[in-house]
Parts: sequence; C-alpha cells; structure tokens
Amino acid sequence: MKAARKAITETLLELGKKDKRIFALATDSRGSVTLGDFVKELPEQFVECGIAEQDAVGIAAGLACTGLIPFVCGPASFYSTRAAEQVKVDMAYSHTNVKVIGVSGGVSYGALGGTHHAVQDVALMRAIPGLQVILPADANSASAMTRALACSREPAYVRVGRGDVEDIYPQDVVFEIGKAIKLSDGKDAAIIACGEMVAPAVKACEMLKEEGIFVKLFDMHTIKPMDVDAVMEAASTGLVVTVEEHSVYGGLGSAVSEYLSQNAPVRMKIMGLPDETLYSGTNKQVFEHYGLTSDGIAQTIRKGLMK
Amino acid sequence: MEIRELERLAQLRRADAVTMIARAKTGHTGGCMSCLDVLVNLFYREMKEGDHFLLSKGHSVEGYWAILADKGYFPKSELKNFSAAGSPLIGHPNNKVNGVEMSTGALGHGLPVGVGMAIGEKRQGTDKRVFVVMGDGEQAEGSVWEAAMAGANYHLDNLFAIIDRNGLQISGSTEDVMALEDFAAKWRAFGWDVQEVDGNSQSELCDYFDQVKDNNKPHCLIMHTIKGKGLPFAENKAEWHHHVPSEEQLFEAYKALNVEGVEWA
Repeated sequence: MKAARKAITETLLELGKKDKRIFALATDSRGSVTLGDFVKELPEQFVECGIAEQDAVGIAAGLACTGLIPFVCGPASFYSTRAAEQVKVDMAYSHTNVKVIGVSGGVSYGALGGTHHAVQDVALMRAIPGLQVILPADANSASAMTRALACSREPAYVRVGRGDVEDIYPQDVVFEIGKAIKLSDGKDAAIIACGEMVAPAVKACEMLKEEGIFVKLFDMHTIKPMDVDAVMEAASTGLVVTVEEHSVYGGLGSAVSEYLSQNAPVRMKIMGLPDETLYSGTNKQVFEHYGLTSDGIAQTIRKGLMK
Repeated sequence: MEIRELERLAQLRRADAVTMIARAKTGHTGGCMSCLDVLVNLFYREMKEGDHFLLSKGHSVEGYWAILADKGYFPKSELKNFSAAGSPLIGHPNNKVNGVEMSTGALGHGLPVGVGMAIGEKRQGTDKRVFVVMGDGEQAEGSVWEAAMAGANYHLDNLFAIIDRNGLQISGSTEDVMALEDFAAKWRAFGWDVQEVDGNSQSELCDYFDQVKDNNKPHCLIMHTIKGKGLPFAENKAEWHHHVPSEEQLFEAYKALNVEGVEWA
C-alpha cells in the first residue's frame, strides 16, 4: 500500500539517475508531490517554478525543445484548469514531449474544498487533440506507467490521488498506454473503472460473484486514447457501469457512452460525482456520500440487472 | 553583413509580407511591419546555428513566413498560400512548418517557453541562446511576468526578451488600454538587463547585439518602433492592426519600399 504519487516520483528518481534527460519540475509543490529525494539527489535535473503553473508548463515545453524529457508535477486542479491553455498550446498543439503529473486529484484534498478538487480535469484534458490522459489505479501501475511515459514521445496528462491506495497489481504489472487491464471476467454485466475507483470495483465484483452474478471489470487507466476493444467487450454483457472520481459530465463515462451510443448501444450507468458543489469531507466521506463505494457499485449492478 | 544589406532585406521582406496580406485578404499588417527589422537582424545576422527563436506575438507571422521562405526552409511559392484552406502557412507560427520550433499565437506563451529553452541549454552546457519577440500589448498577460521572475531567478543571460514597443494595440494606445509605463523600470525591477533602441534601425540593433554583455542577468531589449513601419498609409495607426491593404495601397507600399513587386506572386 503506497500513494501513487510516491511511486511515480520514486520511479522518476530511478530513471533520472540513468537518463540525464529526465527532468522534474514543481511549483512550490516538491513536498506535496514527494519530489524531495529527487531534488536532493538530482538537483541539476530539477526546476523549481514557484507557484506559477502556467509558467511551469511553458518552461517544460521549452526544456523539451532542447531534447530533455520533463515531468511537471503539481496539484491536478491547478494544472488542468489554470494551465489548461499551456497544456493545449505548448504541449498538445505544439506536440512537445511534456508529461504533466497532476497529484492530489479528484476529491483527495477532501475538506479543503472545491478550489482544490480536480473533478473536471478529465473532461477538459481529453477534449484536447493529441493529449494522452491517464489515471492509474495503484502505486505499482503508476510506477509502470511512469516507465512507459518516459519512453513515449507523446504529451500526457496524468492524474493520481493523494493518499495511500491498496495494491491491485504486482510490482511487475505490464502497463501499456491505451490498453485496458481486465481484472475480472463475467457475462452478466461489466464495470469500467479508472483511478482510485478500481479498488472498490474489484471488491464489488467479488461481492457479486458470491451472489452468483458474474461481472467483467476493466481498469481503463488510459481514458485517451481509449481501448475501444475493451469497451466493446464490456458492451457484450448487455449492461455497462462506469465508475470514476470525476464529474459525471465529460469523463470516463462520457467517453464510453460516446463510443457505445454510436457503435453498440447498450444499457449504461455512469457513476461519478454530480454536477453540483460537492459535499464536504474527507475523500472517503465524499465517496460514501455519493455511493462511490464497493457497496454502491454492487447495488448499481443489482438494480441494473433487475430492469 | 552590412547595415545597408540588412535594410534592403527588410524592404524585400516587407514587400513579401504586405503582398501576402493583400492576396490573402487577411493578416496583421501593423505589428508585422513594426517588428520586421529585428526579425531580419536575427535571422540574417545575429542568430547562430542552434539558437532558438520564438515569435511570441505570433500574429505578426507574415514577415516570419517570408524570412523562412527566403532562408530556404520551404519554397517561396508557398507564400502564395498564406491563410489558404489546407495550407500550413496559417495566421500564426505553426511548428508543422519547417523552421518553426513552437506553435505560438496565444499571447504570453513565448517567454515561459523561452525560459525553459534557456534553462535546458544552460544545464546541458551549451552556448546556445534564446530570442523571444513579444508585443507590448502582450505585456498585460500575467504569464509574461511569471516568466520574467523565473528568468532572473535562474540568471538566464542566454535569454533575450525583445519587446516591440510600438505603443499601439488593437483598441488604441497601450497607455489608454492598460498602461505599461514606466515600462523599462518594471523590467529592471524584475532583475533584467534592460536596454532601449530604435527597433526600426538596423544600425542600432547591430550596435545593441554587438555590445550586449553577459552579466548574469537575462536581457530585455525594448524596441521603440512604428506600427505599420514602411507602409505610409499604415504607420502609427491602431486600426491597421489587422487592416488589409487594397490593390492601390499595395502598389503604394511597393513604391515606398523601392521594389517593383515580388517574384513569387
């Protein structure tokens, strides 16, 4: 059990020791993104940008133009909204090799409130042509994703949470950008989840299995480009439930329904956060309030199968 | 290269640019003309292999396209397609075009990218420099000042922020829209080595680049220029920000620029 952000920065440090082109940038966020060891060990590969997210993304694009491989690390909320134009223009439109690692995303800042929540980030980022959007589910897949990103020349937006997350995968998990991971098979219904919602979805599948309901589960860690083969396989069950720590507008559920409504119309339920000022509390309390729990997911499947 | 040669090149590239705008019936005439002299100076004289260039005031693209074509990055005949459907020569710098490193046009983006380039080159131990051309209206963008802080913080003496201080933006005088003065003092206060020149004078531009010294500070060159420079009907007129010359005005421009026309049109 480890925070995904920690797994990413540990991997960056390991990669950075071998490859001097790997750079990390922070916006007075080296503590919150856990870059302390990287800064200590590889100070020449670190750029502090101060509290200036727009500047940080621009600086990263400039570093990339000199052949470096920058990872910009800071709160997902500020990178996906305040720096959205720099992500659009300096990263995606200019096609620079920049990765933004948005940490403390979703509602993981808890009671700090809506200023710090990033629950529209997937909607914003996935509408930008040429940008990969990735939400790994645990520390091991986050580490494997970091290795994959370091080898990719494509710009990417990554969102992870803040706290420790349960291990879903072994350390040697195979992580392919754009390829969903099937965690459970079944013919009765399908769940497509991403990020920290994968763990409760795994539990929901186990609970339902004991009741004789067999559910397919995909970890759709890459929202864009989306693994449409996995989406079609999910649709073959006749009921698809998507689960995400994001607004029900524009995120994973929207991406899946955009595809299925045009290619294989199927009954769907989009589980996520409603279009309102969110209930205040720790992330777990917020999840419970909105039914984003293993019980809530299982209940959604049961209800869906009764129709 | 002699001053006289640079001055002639500036006339020729002005003729290219005004023809592109007249033919396409779209373009940013005023700001293109005001900063054209420094573009000519950089591309034909000052910049060395591997130096970086960013046209942060991306709307002044016509002169940039004309220079890149003349330098052989793509055929001059392409200039005919400026802003045409499907052409890569759009109304802002586009890095799908050979010779352009970054797509620009959203104001306030060039200097942060330039800071990154300058840090990248320094950390890799090169002597490559970075030249960023910005507009004066652009200075109202907060991201310019974020980058100004970072440039000084990292002592980027390989970075040049070149500001086209023509005094006019689309709605009128910069001082009426959002006052910039005391402009040089602002850049000095941010820790930059600031100098001012007549940005439409090749001789002053050459003198500046010949004497500028690395003093552990990034360089800010405030170029006092005339919006619409070289086109008698457009000089110092805010409305010529993106006015398009008529056929008659195009020939008036050719006369003023001492050219008979352009070979590619």
